[in-house]
Amino acid sequence: MEIASLYNVSYAYHTKSNETLALKDLNVKIFDNEIVGIIGPSGCGKSTILSLFSGLICPENGKVYTQDKLNENFTGYMLQKDELFPWRNVISNIMIGCEIKKEKDKSYAYELLKKYNLIDFAKSFPNELSGGMRQRVALIRTLVLKPSLLLLDEPFSALDYQTRLDLVEDVYFMIKQEKKSAVFVTHDIQEAISLCDKIYVLSNRPAHVIKELNLDEINNLSPLKRRETKQFHYYFDIIYECLKNTMEKQNE
Amino acid sequence: MNNISKNHLIYLKKQKIKAITINFFRVFLLVAFVFIWEILAKYNIIDSFITSSPSRIVKTLKELFVSSNMAYHTYVTLYETVLSFALSMLFGLSIAILLWWFNILNKILEPHLVVISALPKIALGPVIILWVGANQKAIIVMALLITIVVTIMDILSGFMKVEESKIKLLKAMHATKLQILIKLILPSNIPVIVDCMKINVGLCWVGTIMGEYLVSSKGLGYLIVYGKQTFKLDLVMTSTILLCLMAAIMYFSVEILNKIIRRKYSFDN
Repeated sequence: MEIASLYNVSYAYHTKSNETLALKDLNVKIFDNEIVGIIGPSGCGKSTILSLFSGLICPENGKVYTQDKLNENFTGYMLQKDELFPWRNVISNIMIGCEIKKEKDKSYAYELLKKYNLIDFAKSFPNELSGGMRQRVALIRTLVLKPSLLLLDEPFSALDYQTRLDLVEDVYFMIKQEKKSAVFVTHDIQEAISLCDKIYVLSNRPAHVIKELNLDEINNLSPLKRRETKQFHYYFDIIYECLKNTMEKQNE
Repeated sequence: MNNISKNHLIYLKKQKIKAITINFFRVFLLVAFVFIWEILAKYNIIDSFITSSPSRIVKTLKELFVSSNMAYHTYVTLYETVLSFALSMLFGLSIAILLWWFNILNKILEPHLVVISALPKIALGPVIILWVGANQKAIIVMALLITIVVTIMDILSGFMKVEESKIKLLKAMHATKLQILIKLILPSNIPVIVDCMKINVGLCWVGTIMGEYLVSSKGLGYLIVYGKQTFKLDLVMTSTILLCLMAAIMYFSVEILNKIIRRKYSFDN
């Protein structure tokens, strides 16, 4: 079932000196329990797509469809950095969204902490956690609001390689266990293939979809297992070629 | 404790010695200054009528506290300083919040604030006296004028430096502007506000003493002016030393508050 989509969406950023068209006639569809990857060159407007889904900005043309428009918790945003507040401990950081919604019940937050082996750190402050743990806390902060659609904006890019591999694995299982859908924005091809069920490859600015790739042959495997398959390299080559072509077009 | 390596113990010892050395020389510098001052005055190398001396200051201090109302003058200056400090923080913080909330108002007032900030406030002394009278109010207004613009600009600058991504996170959670202020802007700026308090302690003393020079008939500033006019240099020096002591006590009180807040809210890490 389709839970969120962009139909022929265009969006431009306006400054005093110029107008920059970020997205042009963009079409993206997200289905239930699906992890969708958005991959494209740096600065092509990938994060703009997440802002559109979350309702932070409105399209200048086209339509944003979300299944439950009235539900403020429909989307949950996870940013590049964990953005944990240093003056709040782990449980308090996780509860920030609930506080905004004036919900005081911490039982679900504790349940998630227990489930993802962070219960012993509930009262710790962010500076006492490793980079990977901080990102997992950030993901729990997003999950605690029970969103249907997770918006992941390059959440692993600030981490070292080993932590990234482990965290991609954790995040994959967290999303699948909680039966969520997710939009995962990245410029890392390998990360996108290892985590997603479907990938949209975007062109340079103004971004539009140049390739839609369903990873049907490997989407029942975990991220680490996927890396061992032949298809992983096959998908990698397709995406790499697409990105190479779009970069060459820009340079011409 | 058993897990600490020998090298780490050596490192800790070095750090301890370094801290003791710094503290020792801090005290030594002060004691040496007082001692040399006393010796130079005692052997008439400097004119103690103009420079006074530590022993004369102690003697004057005793006399003034016993025979006259030195405690009252000290209380008056302290009251004016603490009141102007509290008012400058209260108004400064409130106005900074207002300017953050209404960005357009901030843009409109920005050049005016910069000009007011650059203006030597002593120039406004006569105007203040005419407007509020030659009384304690004028002193507090003077101290307030000196501190408030700095307070507004420092705190507002802190508010504006809060990371956009953190604001975006709260906006994505559909937080209201008031919630963003209470849950992010104010707590993340506690170190900025405390730093501003540290600066304001000094500025409030400057403002109060400047005000007392201009209009007062009581307070330590008044005693300094009176002492100068009647050539009682011991009174001038004693009042100045008292000012130094009180400013130091107030500064260290804010510094302790700063340390407690930073430790409690993990701002140091």
